[in-house]
Amino acid sequence: MGRYVARRLLQMIPVFFGTTFLIFFAVFTLPGDPVRALFGDRRPPQEVIDAIREKYGLDDPFIVQYGKYMSNLFQGDFGVTLQGRDVLDVLSEAWPISIKLAVAAFAIEVIIGIVAGVLAGLRRGSFIDNLVLVSTTIVVSLPIFVIGFTVALLIGLPLARNGILPSSGVGGGWRSYVLPGFVLASVSLAYLARLTRSSLSENLRSDYVRTATAKGLPRSRVVIRHTLRNSLIPVVTLLGVDLGVLMGGAIVTESIFNIPGIGRTIFQGIQNQEGSLVVGITTVLVLIYLFATLLVDVLYALLDPRIRYD
Amino acid sequence: MRGGVARAVNGVSYTLNPGETLAVLGESGSGKSVTAEAIVGILDSPPGFIPKGEVRFRGDNLLALPEARRRQIRGQHVAMIFQDALSALNPVHTVGSQIGEMFRVHRGMSKADARKRAIELMDLVRIPAARARVDDYPHQFSGGMRQRIMIAMSIALDPDVLIADEPTTALDVTVQAQIMDLLAELQRERNMGLILITHDLGVVADVADKIAVMYAGRIVEEAPVHEIYANPAHPYTEGLLASIPRVDMKGQELYAIKGLPPNLMHIPSGCPFHPRCPYRRDDVCTTKVPPLYDVGPARGSACHFWEEVLDGSNR
Ligand SMILES: Nc1ncnc2c1ncn2[C@@H]1O[C@H](COP(=O)(O)OP(=O)(O)O)[C@@H](O)[C@H]1O
Ligand code: SF4
Ligand SMILES: [Mg+2]
Repeated sequence: MGRYVARRLLQMIPVFFGTTFLIFFAVFTLPGDPVRALFGDRRPPQEVIDAIREKYGLDDPFIVQYGKYMSNLFQGDFGVTLQGRDVLDVLSEAWPISIKLAVAAFAIEVIIGIVAGVLAGLRRGSFIDNLVLVSTTIVVSLPIFVIGFTVALLIGLPLARNGILPSSGVGGGWRSYVLPGFVLASVSLAYLARLTRSSLSENLRSDYVRTATAKGLPRSRVVIRHTLRNSLIPVVTLLGVDLGVLMGGAIVTESIFNIPGIGRTIFQGIQNQEGSLVVGITTVLVLIYLFATLLVDVLYALLDPRIRYD
Repeated sequence: MRGGVARAVNGVSYTLNPGETLAVLGESGSGKSVTAEAIVGILDSPPGFIPKGEVRFRGDNLLALPEARRRQIRGQHVAMIFQDALSALNPVHTVGSQIGEMFRVHRGMSKADARKRAIELMDLVRIPAARARVDDYPHQFSGGMRQRIMIAMSIALDPDVLIADEPTTALDVTVQAQIMDLLAELQRERNMGLILITHDLGVVADVADKIAVMYAGRIVEEAPVHEIYANPAHPYTEGLLASIPRVDMKGQELYAIKGLPPNLMHIPSGCPFHPRCPYRRDDVCTTKVPPLYDVGPARGSACHFWEEVLDGSNR
């Protein structure tokens, strides 16, 4: 296992360079002129434009810009925004907020999703099962901003009025993250519940569960020891991917709930054509995804002894 | 998909005395597994259900017992092994823990003691280097060794009855013989009743005391093993016997019963075997369901014309 992890870490290097190169290329070839965007409707004197282009190396060939950017990155320098702020500062302000949101959403997803999936899977065709099926179908078929606004208006506002949960901003500590966490988790939660349900009911029909029953084991032991563990193997894969996705912030959710996280930052960055900001964020996102998939593969091997990497 | 009720098993009844081996024989789909699972009480329901019947074990009707009591009987008194040990063993638990679980749950043993007993049982079923392999997982064993592990698990608590559902079908021929020998030996030593379910007449001749032949969810013939081989009393059994490959028939074409086993949603009227039967008399066979006629000491045949089958050979 140790050797496998080491090999995977090594494999990350070319993947990392490949993806950052692509991102850099995409941002580089964006239509429009960032310097002009900076000044909005006003047209600055040509000397000012030239000076800014010079300062940010905007006239260098693409490959030179990429090389400079990467070498700065490895010295811990993410560059500066066009307004002169350190990109690293912007990131370290926004990311902790998004991570808190991600943790809240992940906890909500895991608890509600798995419990709902298990209850539905154990009793196929029951009221709970149908409730889970219908509600998850609704959630996955609605666009996230519809869910977001619905929750914000129908649940968030009444709760906020009674002072139970804040429905905007992050001034209320962890309580600020409950509603946006719920919205952010909703779609993954629905998929997780369905996956858990089908995985569990499929495993309940498996031969080894029949064996466990034939051994005279109590039903609780048959379910917990001989069904749940096996059913959770695909579930863990999905969770790992979700963790990566959630950590990347959420443009829609953060906007609706007015949360100054990474999702909103990247949105503004794209609007203002902030090349170094967008590239900086996506670079970190790439790293997060790479580590999340590694985590999934390691967990997979821990849960399923048939999988051996070495 | 169209719904409907399939009478997978209908009017099946057999008795087994301690130390006796009953072979249940029938083509695949004839309801052997469903019957066995109904006996052990592990029939998947839904879709399966048992509208009526009883399973008598030492005088108690198992089907009428509360689930908690049935559960105690399962594994401790009536144990079962399955055709495909790879899928029947849980892939995520070690074989030692799966065997030891019998002692942990039914005997309240500690983990360490249960593990010790698991090693003893693995030795008993002749798994080489049992002590070293007790913490291995099912996929790390060969097919034959996996079936030995199933056997070890099933005999852990010294059951009175062991039901083996096609225990050798998934194995190589040489391994098949070893597993059958092991089962026969364990059965003798422990005076267990053994219900050996198979579609292979070849495996039963040496080990079985009596045979029940199933067709379309019914028993069509029941007899002590040597009698059935010498002189079958049902056309279906006769056909099965004729289709066993024999050394003296080398080169000749193998006999096969014509036609296919019936769809259980549409079991033929009268005698379910009539579409395939060389003895058929259209008026009687297509209208009257043959009961299991008493055709001799401890022998039965569900054929209206069993005397004719017993007497002559119409092959
Ligand atoms: N739980 C169940 N309830 C009712 N019928 C079943 C069940 N499981 C399987 N069957 C049906 O019963 C028939 C007999 O199956 P089975 O007992 O497995 O045959 P065999 O073991 O003789 O090959 C099959 O047609 C199968 O589809
Ligand atoms: S009852 Fe008729 S059809 Fe059925 S086995 Fe006997 S002879 Fe054949
Ligand atoms: Mg079967």
